[in-house]
Amino acid sequence: MVEGFLNQLPIGLSIGAVLLLIALGLTFTFGQMGVINMAHGEFIMAGAYTAFLLQDFAGRSAVLVALPVAFVVAGLMGLLLERLAIRHFYGRPLDTLLLTWGVSLVLQQVARDLFGAPNVQVLSPTWLQGAIGPMPYNRLFILALAVGSVVAIWLYMNRSAQGRRMQAVMQNRQLAATSGINTGRVDQRTFFIGSGLAGIAGVALTLIGPVGPTLGTYYIVDAFLVVVAGGLGQLRGAVIAAAALGLLNSYAEFWTNASLAKVIVFAAIIAFLQFRPQGLFVLRSRALT
Amino acid sequence: MRNSTWRAGAVAAALVTAIAACGGDPATTEGTASGGGGDTIKVGLLHSLSGTMAISEVTVRDAELLAIEEINKAGGVLGKQLEPVVEDGASDWPTFAEKANKLIAQDKVATVFGGWTSASRKAMLPVFEKRKALLWYPVQYEGLESSPYIFYTGATTNQQIIPGLDYLKEQGKKKIFLVGSDYVFPRTANKIIKAYAAANGMEILGEEYTPLGHTEYSTLTNKVVQAKPDAVFNTLNGDSNVAFFKQLKSAGVTAESMPVLSVSVAEEEVTGIGVDNIVGHPVAWNYYQTTETAANTKFVEAFKAKYGATKVTSDPMEAGYNAVYLWAEAAKKAGTVEVEALKKAAGGIALERPEGLVTIDGETQHMYKTARIGIIQPDGLIKEVWNSGEPIKPDPYLKTYPWAGGLAS
Repeated sequence: MVEGFLNQLPIGLSIGAVLLLIALGLTFTFGQMGVINMAHGEFIMAGAYTAFLLQDFAGRSAVLVALPVAFVVAGLMGLLLERLAIRHFYGRPLDTLLLTWGVSLVLQQVARDLFGAPNVQVLSPTWLQGAIGPMPYNRLFILALAVGSVVAIWLYMNRSAQGRRMQAVMQNRQLAATSGINTGRVDQRTFFIGSGLAGIAGVALTLIGPVGPTLGTYYIVDAFLVVVAGGLGQLRGAVIAAAALGLLNSYAEFWTNASLAKVIVFAAIIAFLQFRPQGLFVLRSRALT
Repeated sequence: MRNSTWRAGAVAAALVTAIAACGGDPATTEGTASGGGGDTIKVGLLHSLSGTMAISEVTVRDAELLAIEEINKAGGVLGKQLEPVVEDGASDWPTFAEKANKLIAQDKVATVFGGWTSASRKAMLPVFEKRKALLWYPVQYEGLESSPYIFYTGATTNQQIIPGLDYLKEQGKKKIFLVGSDYVFPRTANKIIKAYAAANGMEILGEEYTPLGHTEYSTLTNKVVQAKPDAVFNTLNGDSNVAFFKQLKSAGVTAESMPVLSVSVAEEEVTGIGVDNIVGHPVAWNYYQTTETAANTKFVEAFKAKYGATKVTSDPMEAGYNAVYLWAEAAKKAGTVEVEALKKAAGGIALERPEGLVTIDGETQHMYKTARIGIIQPDGLIKEVWNSGEPIKPDPYLKTYPWAGGLAS
């Protein structure tokens, strides 16, 4: 019992790492641009299928090779979606929601036609088999990947000119535009990175979950929960929210069961949002909204 | 190309029927209440082609379409070609009821082959009973049901779950952990398993359910590992199996240390789970692709020829394939596709099927089926290690098992 209890701590953190990975991209597209992108889950799926396809060339190391490739593949899909459709719907969140939901259904069917309805197999690298105590190597890999992604994003946002422009647009679009920033270009880049991160999450998920046309639907709700609880566009908010939700999930399920744990997590988030509707951290903005 | 040959065949068959009708007994061509009008007999295929259950149900539909094609090639039923009307239940139980209604009322199909989850069957049951139409349900299920308007071509509990428990007992597995998806089949199955365990000196160490589509199994794995059972009885359904076996494997659980007996994992699912993750674990079914019968050799060949050499065949696919043949046989015997007459004629029909001899039990409308336990092989196929020797009489209410006394109520 005690050992089981202690094991839940790293398990909770690793659940948090999965949540963080799937939500990171959304903190960009939803958090910064206000686009409720229901197709985010399908970008995750695209990443997973990228790993599947790369197996033919890379064998068991496909997961590693796929990380950059999936980032680009999912990123381009996101860019395409933004250019062709979403940009016509800025400022109309409800319409974007419907639009991207439709896109998500279309993408699921495309995957079904291309790869078939049954799940496909993605072999995990042999060096990821095994465990330290309750932490399997593949979970540690996901944890490291999540940490790595956060660090990379933080550096990009705060240390690069592009990232600072992105922050400027996020904080006050009009002012950024009048200062000479091409906000359209920034939007494209934001969407590319956000979607690309979903692709990376997809590759990681092949290690622990099913790889099939409906993959995205299993994670999309959790991804939104993390972003909403963490505060829109807040990197540290997302990190803390993901870790908290992971631990809550882990212990709630340990003491009750999986179905009830879901209820507890949802109830906790609802209660939390009653007190802090804006999430953990608030973006300080002078924009009139 | 194939389409036009079909059409030509249908026209020819219609002509033959028309000529036969002129000189023959009009009762054979008229009086077919539903689906019998016109040149063809319409039959409904109602499975989830989208959503979380599509992974499994699409293949059953494929097998049913193959059976329809074969029957049509051999001359159809009562001289008419079968015309499949395919609908998508979308992994959503009310949609199943709605689409069933549509197939019966609007398309006027003679019968429907459909469903997978018990939840979808329970949703469709009132529709079929109210409209007095016929459903052929092709998947193993939790028993305790016997609708006069459903034929169950998959196993009931005494043909799958109880043999599975017998096998575990034979292997000396006394401490069992139950893992299942959170809906009617696993919950009822586990009730039966607990009653069996109490009567057979087995101990149930834990019972855990996860929502359908659940993919996070690290906590559950921790619970299972901490409980140290001899074996796990797994009634998870759909994609959850992939996540469960992947995460179990990475936690270091092997088939030798803790075998997981599954009742919803067949050849089709093994690829998606990854053979690596599930090799050596036992499963309980009535049919495997490797089952050695003449009918099976033919079935596997025909299926691969139609859908591709890499495709595998599984128990629910075979049960769906059988359903079409059994229905056609009953129609031939009854001389009509009219529901009540066909039901009466169906009892006692025995066909050599890929799984061996299948006989319709007229009383319960279930099948006599041979139970088979198999072990998943490194090539992804399943090797039979145990069978019941002869087809087991279906007993959906477990009346012949004294320990199952209070379950049916």
